[in-house]
Order: sequence, then structure tokens, then C-alpha cells
Amino acid sequence: MITLEHYLTVAAVLFVIGIFGLFLNRKNVIILLMSIELMLLSVNINLVAFSSFMNDLVGQVFTLFVLTVAAAEAAIGLAILVSFFRNRGTIAVEDVNVMKG
Amino acid sequence: MGAEVVAFYLFALSTITGGLFTVLSRNPVHSVLWLILSFLSSAGLFILLGAEFVAMLLIIVYVGAVAVLFLFVVMMLDVDFASLKAEMAQYLPLGLLIVVVLLMELAMGLAVWVPADGAEAVRAAPTPTDLHNTAALGLLLYDQYFLLFQLAGLILLVAMIGAIVLTIRHRKDIKRQDILAQIYRDPDKSMSLKNVKPGQGL
Repeated sequence: MITLEHYLTVAAVLFVIGIFGLFLNRKNVIILLMSIELMLLSVNINLVAFSSFMNDLVGQVFTLFVLTVAAAEAAIGLAILVSFFRNRGTIAVEDVNVMKG
Repeated sequence: MGAEVVAFYLFALSTITGGLFTVLSRNPVHSVLWLILSFLSSAGLFILLGAEFVAMLLIIVYVGAVAVLFLFVVMMLDVDFASLKAEMAQYLPLGLLIVVVLLMELAMGLAVWVPADGAEAVRAAPTPTDLHNTAALGLLLYDQYFLLFQLAGLILLVAMIGAIVLTIRHRKDIKRQDILAQIYRDPDKSMSLKNVKPGQGL
């Protein structure tokens, strides 16, 4: 029998893989964005799992909004990436120092 | 072991495998493809959970739009990805440490977690039993969450405009149609009739 804990475990492992990706690919912004997508996906799995096992539909409504924000974030992030690459010819994170922050 | 259990373990395993190789693979194109595998199998998990609409949305939005956007950008940017990957081994120990710590924290949290007393009573929208998932979600979304739904659309609009503004490039060296100049052109000035006498030039 598959319980709520099974789904929560999958989501937790996926979330930790996303964080692992942030640490492992510090230089490649594209993989960093993909790791963030993985983390958002794991949050979605959590929301849908709770929604299904507690019989509350609001979790799925929230999943829709998380999906919206994730799509918007990916679009803006990649657009920034493309315009940065046009200006500097690189996407390595350590070269992103125009603002000297 | 029922079919549902087998399907769960299959989808869970491929979700996690996809996520892991997204992070680990050397070629970013392969990363995107693993990410697509991860999205597809989590859509399978959603179907097992009875959330068909969200599962289809995941396939359409994530696989159809976001992952393809990633694929476009990866292929469009002419970057030497091998050099970006070179120092991966350097960050591996710290990354693994963080992973172990986080997994232990999550396991501790999960082990002692139980639903609160009366959690069933405070549900915001109990799932109706006589409607299928999409209809129930639509009734909820267009009724109680209508403002949030509109705001989500606004976020997408702003993201679209922002992406266009960020990436548009006005090139100076090509000729473009200037519609306003065409509209405001005065016919009287652009054309005149000349009566050319025979045997004479203008």
C-alpha cells in the first residue's frame, strides 16, 4: 500500500537533489535554473500528495500557481541569460560582476 | 503487489533518476532531456494521486514549454560547457555534506510527523466525490480563487513582456518597414503630374 509518506520521501529526495545541483554546478547558470525547477517540482509533488491524501482540492490549486511562477521564472531567467551572454560572451557565474556587488 | 504499487515505484525511481542525472550529466542537452524524464514521471505520480489535470498541465507547461525553452537556450548559446564542468569534483564533498545533513533533517521531520487533530475539519475545499478532477478544480478555480487566477495570468503577461524586452535587439544595419512614415506620407508631395511637351525633355 502506497502511503503519503512514500510520496513525501520522493519529494524530499528530489528537493535535496535540486540543492545538490546548486552546489555541484556553481558555474553553469543553466543547470542552476534546472535545479531550481527540480526543487519547485518536488514542492508540487508535496502539494498534490497532501491534497490527494487529505481530500482537499486547494493543494492542487496551489500547484497551478507554483507552476505559473515556475514558468515565469524560467522565462525571465533564460531571457536574462541570453542578454547577458550577448553582452559578455560567457555565462559563468563568477564572471557576473558588472555591478561589483 | 498491485499494479498501483509497481507503477508508483517505477515513476518514483525514474523521477529521482532523472533529477540526479539532470544535475550530474556533463552535457547540458542531456541534462534537459533528463529533466524532461523527471517531469514526465512526476506527471505519472500525479495521475496515481488522482490529480489528472495537474498531471496534464505538467506535461504541457513543463515539458512542452519550459523544457523546450531550456533546450533552445542551451543550443543557442555557444558556450564551452566542458570548462564549466571542470571544477565539479571540487565542490562534490561540500555538496554531499549538505545533502546528507538536509536528508537527515527531512527524515527526522518526516518520522515524527502526524496529521493534526481535526485537520479534516478545517479543509478549505473538500474534494467532491461526484465530480471528476478537472471539473472540480475548475469550479474551485473560477469561483473561490478567481482573483488569484487572474493574478497568475498577469504574472505570465509580465514575464512575457519582460522576456521580450530583455532579448529584443534593434539592428541598425537592416531596413525595416516604418508604418507611421507610410501613413503620414502626403500624397500631394509624393506624386506630381507633369505635362511633357512632345520633343522636349523635362
